[in-house]
Amino acid sequence: MTKKEIVDQYFLEHRAKLLDIAAFLDRIDRSGETDADFRIKALMRCIKELESEKEGRTERILGILSDQTTEPIDHAGMKGACGVVPPTS
Amino acid sequence: MAYIDPHIHMVSRTTDDYQRMAQAGCVAITEPAFWAGFDRSSAQGFFDYFRQLTDTEPERAANYGIKHHCWLCINPKEAEDVGFAREVISIIPDFIDCKNVLGIGEIGLNKNSKNELIILEEQLALAERLNQLVLVHTPHLEDKLKGTILIMDAIENSSLDPSRVLIDHVEEHTVHAVLDRGFWAGMTLYPDSKCTPQRAADIIEMHGTERLWINSAGDWGPSDPLAVPKCCLELASRGHSKSLINTISYDNPLSFLSQSGKFSVE
Repeated sequence: MTKKEIVDQYFLEHRAKLLDIAAFLDRIDRSGETDADFRIKALMRCIKELESEKEGRTERILGILSDQTTEPIDHAGMKGACGVVPPTS
Repeated sequence: MAYIDPHIHMVSRTTDDYQRMAQAGCVAITEPAFWAGFDRSSAQGFFDYFRQLTDTEPERAANYGIKHHCWLCINPKEAEDVGFAREVISIIPDFIDCKNVLGIGEIGLNKNSKNELIILEEQLALAERLNQLVLVHTPHLEDKLKGTILIMDAIENSSLDPSRVLIDHVEEHTVHAVLDRGFWAGMTLYPDSKCTPQRAADIIEMHGTERLWINSAGDWGPSDPLAVPKCCLELASRGHSKSLINTISYDNPLSFLSQSGKFSVE
């Protein structure tokens, strides 16, 4: 596909996704709570990565969101994952 | 267009889903053993689950002209209790010769714990001993990168042939390593986690189709049993050929699964 064809096909979908993120952040602001959540901190780091002009943004963002340690943990304390490495990990 | 969904948990889906999948062109599925959303209270619970996978589901699928196959294991979410997991592993050989059982799966890691790794290694040894194909679950979200590497290292410490192992749920940060190390790779199409159909199409464009498949992993959570045909539609909308779409959604799963000697679309 040409650049124009890609933009024609996907622009509106991603414009909507961008507005969803903005509305999500506004919703958090309206909660009136000012303490930063570790997940939102990570999300803002990822948003900065979007400004990169180098291909590979998806992989780099997944890297920001990933546990970069290499050794197994002693015990699985929970079954789920939250999408970002929790501060205690 | 006929397609295979090589990873879907039909015990969690309705009969209407079988009908819609058949209408969309699904001819065969494979169903790995997985976590039911709660921990079973005994190994007997797994005995009953394995009966469901080998007796009940094939009949339900056959009503819609879909061939049903399955994989057996203790999943990593219930592997933290090593003694319990070993009890479950001990009953797998009783079912391994059932005609729709293709191998051991979906084994792997969840939180990348030491106990999960012990049980993964023991199930890899079982697959070696019984000469079975292996279907691997990689961890969710922030745990995926680390877990995928730990899993591949564990497999490479066994004598299993990587060409008989499929590592599932790859994304942009894991697909290179999985393919570079000789394994097959699966992309799971989920609305919120793993790959969307659009990102899976991007990965196909970047990596080609060799040793790669797509699946819905439809289950009891947010998921879509029609995700495979939706990804095929995404590829078609980008101008990709019917041949490429057929390779990713039919020929590739057929090639990998046929190594079991039991897989059939008829």
